[in-house]
Amino acid sequence: MPDVRPGGKDHIAPTLREAVEDFLYQEAALLDQWRLDEWLALFTADGRYVVPTTDLPEGDPKKELVFIDDDMARLRARVERLKSRHGHREYPWSRTRRFITNIRIKLEGHDVLVTSSFLVYRFRMEDSSPYVGWYEHRLKQVDTELKIHKKRAVLDMEALREHGAVSIIL
Amino acid sequence: MVDVKGFVIDNPNEGVFRVHRSAMTSPEILQMEQERVFNKCWLYLCHESEVDNPGDYRRRNVAGRPLFFVRGVDGKVRVFLNTCTHRGALICRRDQGNADVLQCFYHAWTFNNHGELIGVPDEAGYGKGFKRAEMGLKSPPRVESYRGFIFISFNPDVEDLVTYLAGAKDYIDLVVDQAQEGMRMISGSNRYFIKANWKLLVENSLDGYHVKPTHKTYFEYVTSLGVNTGAVQTAFSRPARALGNGHAVEEHDGIRGRPVARWSPLFGEETKEEIARIRARLVQKFGEERTRLMADVSRNLLVYPNLMIIDSIDITVRIFWPITPELMEVTAWQLAPRGEKDELLARRLDNFLTFHGPGGFATPDDVEAIESCQAGYKAEGVQWSELSRGMHREAIAEDELQLRAFWRQWYGHMLGLWKVDTNDPVVRERSVLAS
Repeated sequence: MPDVRPGGKDHIAPTLREAVEDFLYQEAALLDQWRLDEWLALFTADGRYVVPTTDLPEGDPKKELVFIDDDMARLRARVERLKSRHGHREYPWSRTRRFITNIRIKLEGHDVLVTSSFLVYRFRMEDSSPYVGWYEHRLKQVDTELKIHKKRAVLDMEALREHGAVSIIL
Repeated sequence: MVDVKGFVIDNPNEGVFRVHRSAMTSPEILQMEQERVFNKCWLYLCHESEVDNPGDYRRRNVAGRPLFFVRGVDGKVRVFLNTCTHRGALICRRDQGNADVLQCFYHAWTFNNHGELIGVPDEAGYGKGFKRAEMGLKSPPRVESYRGFIFISFNPDVEDLVTYLAGAKDYIDLVVDQAQEGMRMISGSNRYFIKANWKLLVENSLDGYHVKPTHKTYFEYVTSLGVNTGAVQTAFSRPARALGNGHAVEEHDGIRGRPVARWSPLFGEETKEEIARIRARLVQKFGEERTRLMADVSRNLLVYPNLMIIDSIDITVRIFWPITPELMEVTAWQLAPRGEKDELLARRLDNFLTFHGPGGFATPDDVEAIESCQAGYKAEGVQWSELSRGMHREAIAEDELQLRAFWRQWYGHMLGLWKVDTNDPVVRERSVLAS
């Protein structure tokens, strides 16, 4: 039987692209399955999650209005809120499915800068709403794992027309 | 036209105030609102800081009509109907920009940023009946501004804006006076749709009663930051006020810091001195009492029919328009003092993001709440919404006087009346006795 475990004799180390793709797909799966604590663990201790407004995709959270600008403390609080039955917009949870494609990878020093296109469908209360846009993941290698240092989800829609809110994590 | 008589039951002696739920579901009512409310009142368009430089323009829909506003080379902000005087195409097709001239792409008619028609290809093709000077861009019948807030009206006979604002004017002053060099609208806006009747967002935005139950997770978050949220139990006990002409305000004690001018440990020691300096300036200029109102008291102000100025942990300007009886479009912006120091601006934005906006810890639940009301109306068997809370006493923020003020004005307009007394009789009688 071939030993394909990491370090095993038949193990083929994944390329950077394969590792990055796996990482993004794993992240999407955790979010689709509402495994939010495990998702949080994908971030570095100084991680950040930003969603700009639809009219200012290049928005700088320090001086301009964005939808979301979470450091890890606020991101943890966001997750707690999503797990609470008092987080009404997501209680009961919506069903979601994330599609990620057009992945491009650039090395910047020790960081891996990944851009990708996303389509996140949200279904709830007889309604569906698609969030369409692109991600920028700034990944860092921590020990042998990739971690998210910064994630920015930029929406292509002109407004949150069917969505009403950004109540899920994109 | 539907006969709306009896849609609002207002009986103070019995303590009954009810609104018929078809006001939130009927297409005919929406059509009447367009004629009797939105075509009659002053309507908020923009803040002058959104077009700071000559040539700056932005387009925006008001009551379903495409408009744009532009600052001319003379420094004056003008508002135009966004339609070519030739054959109708939209003149302004970008959301914002800067231009000396605006050219219609269809036949290349060209207008300057004062709205004058300055170029017509092959003008000789027109006869003597063609008067170029009369073919400039058209403005809405009335455009006026108050302290940077620009309003328009499609009603040529409407009273002047300041008279219309009535008691709301003082509360706008309380906001604008916070800034030494005037206010500016921060770049970036929240544009979202809610599957609910627009009047439900009026109710929700003025409603102190829902804050504690609906926004439990927000208060849990704020508590986790170390803020003493015990004070929230009594924060909503200030009197609610009807301000005339349907305007109303819900005021409450702030429990969090605000850049102007209430320091909180969350803001960090490095901001303490600057906030103290701002507070001292306010006290010097406006006195202790007014400074306290500006810095320590929060307020949700309705400028009838559909402008909310939420002057609390941040300053949110929110406008919302009906698209159908069961769908509205909301846009919200952030107002901040010009020249505010970077670290205070950052705290202001932070305050906004925790509560307000489609990604905040509270606004999504408000969206859920009013969509839930709209969905509940489909059950039909319950015809009336109950809005009598606090009618028998001097109403406080947790009561519904401010909602009744809106509804009384709305009902008056729908009946074809212009002026109605929007206050609770209890308050009216007290003020008569006091004078």
